[in-house]
Amino acid sequence: MSFMSSASNFFTSKMSDAMGWARKYSIFQYPFVTACCGMEYMSTAAGHYDVDRFGAGFPRFSPRQSDVLFVVGTISHKMAPVLKDVYDKMCEPKWVVAFGVCTCTGGFYDNYSTVMGIDTIIPVDIYIPGCPPRPENVIDGLMKLQDKIQKGEQSRTLYDPRTKIGRPAQLQEGYSVVQHIKHIESSS
Amino acid sequence: MTPLQRVQEKFSQDILETHAFRGDETVLIRPSVLGEVAKFLKTTPELDFNFLMDVTAVDYLFFAGGRIPKEFRFEVVYHFLSLKYNHRLRLKVAVDEKNPEVDTLTDLWASANWYEREVWDMFGIKFKGHPNLKRILMYEEFQGHALRKDYPFNKRQPLIGPQN
Repeated sequence: MSFMSSASNFFTSKMSDAMGWARKYSIFQYPFVTACCGMEYMSTAAGHYDVDRFGAGFPRFSPRQSDVLFVVGTISHKMAPVLKDVYDKMCEPKWVVAFGVCTCTGGFYDNYSTVMGIDTIIPVDIYIPGCPPRPENVIDGLMKLQDKIQKGEQSRTLYDPRTKIGRPAQLQEGYSVVQHIKHIESSS
Repeated sequence: MTPLQRVQEKFSQDILETHAFRGDETVLIRPSVLGEVAKFLKTTPELDFNFLMDVTAVDYLFFAGGRIPKEFRFEVVYHFLSLKYNHRLRLKVAVDEKNPEVDTLTDLWASANWYEREVWDMFGIKFKGHPNLKRILMYEEFQGHALRKDYPFNKRQPLIGPQN
């Protein structure tokens, strides 16, 4: 740091802003679609709601070429190592979106086969609850992800079910659509 | 003469229970005669059950009704359909708790192969003579059989992630 002047610090911070701006409008997403949320994902991605308006219209089906992992649908314990593998193969910088309540918390599943939230396996940046979430809900999450990318923030922590640390408070004890709408209204 | 009546006529001493309601016919038999009954259903020209639609099982561990004799904890349930006559039969086989094993039907109906693997995976009922009896839904590391009534409903066996 001693070598660099304050002027070069100024330059690098502006550079990161420019990188963030470029990245947030060229999201190459990897859709990890396992269940019924895939239908809602498709309707959001297609022409009517059109995530291409946000620069996220181009899914890549190789984790090495993508920078946002969309986990869309229930993840079973049998599938969990595959999901972890896909996440590990993605190049930095990378972000993860938990799409639908099954990926956020396990949803209404509480049984031998289902992972109770993918944040116990991989770090999650954006949670989009809903069963399935409406396209408006998804786009809201996508815009929040864009803010996060602009700031250069990435989630690095996993959720620990014993300490209950690492998951948004709204997802800890059930979270209804009504609560979510209130949350959106209060934050806008 | 309905399919149930034909089976009753042939295997009267090995039938534990029958039920019929508006054409839906059910017969509960002893496990020892499963092979014979299955062959009878498949090869008798008047029955001609050429389609095994489903195989599943029921665990009566905590069942209060006591419909089946106490020594039989499980029932394996077969659903047969004749595409020629469009008639159906539900065949139930009472299974012992100590040695949960019945004969395979894979040599008569190829569709029994994966169904029987599923029943093995979920209930731990063995199928004697099955060509490839291994888990189909759960992973090989999974301990126990998830749909048995004495499997704890909140027991988790994750491959990765926290053990809770």
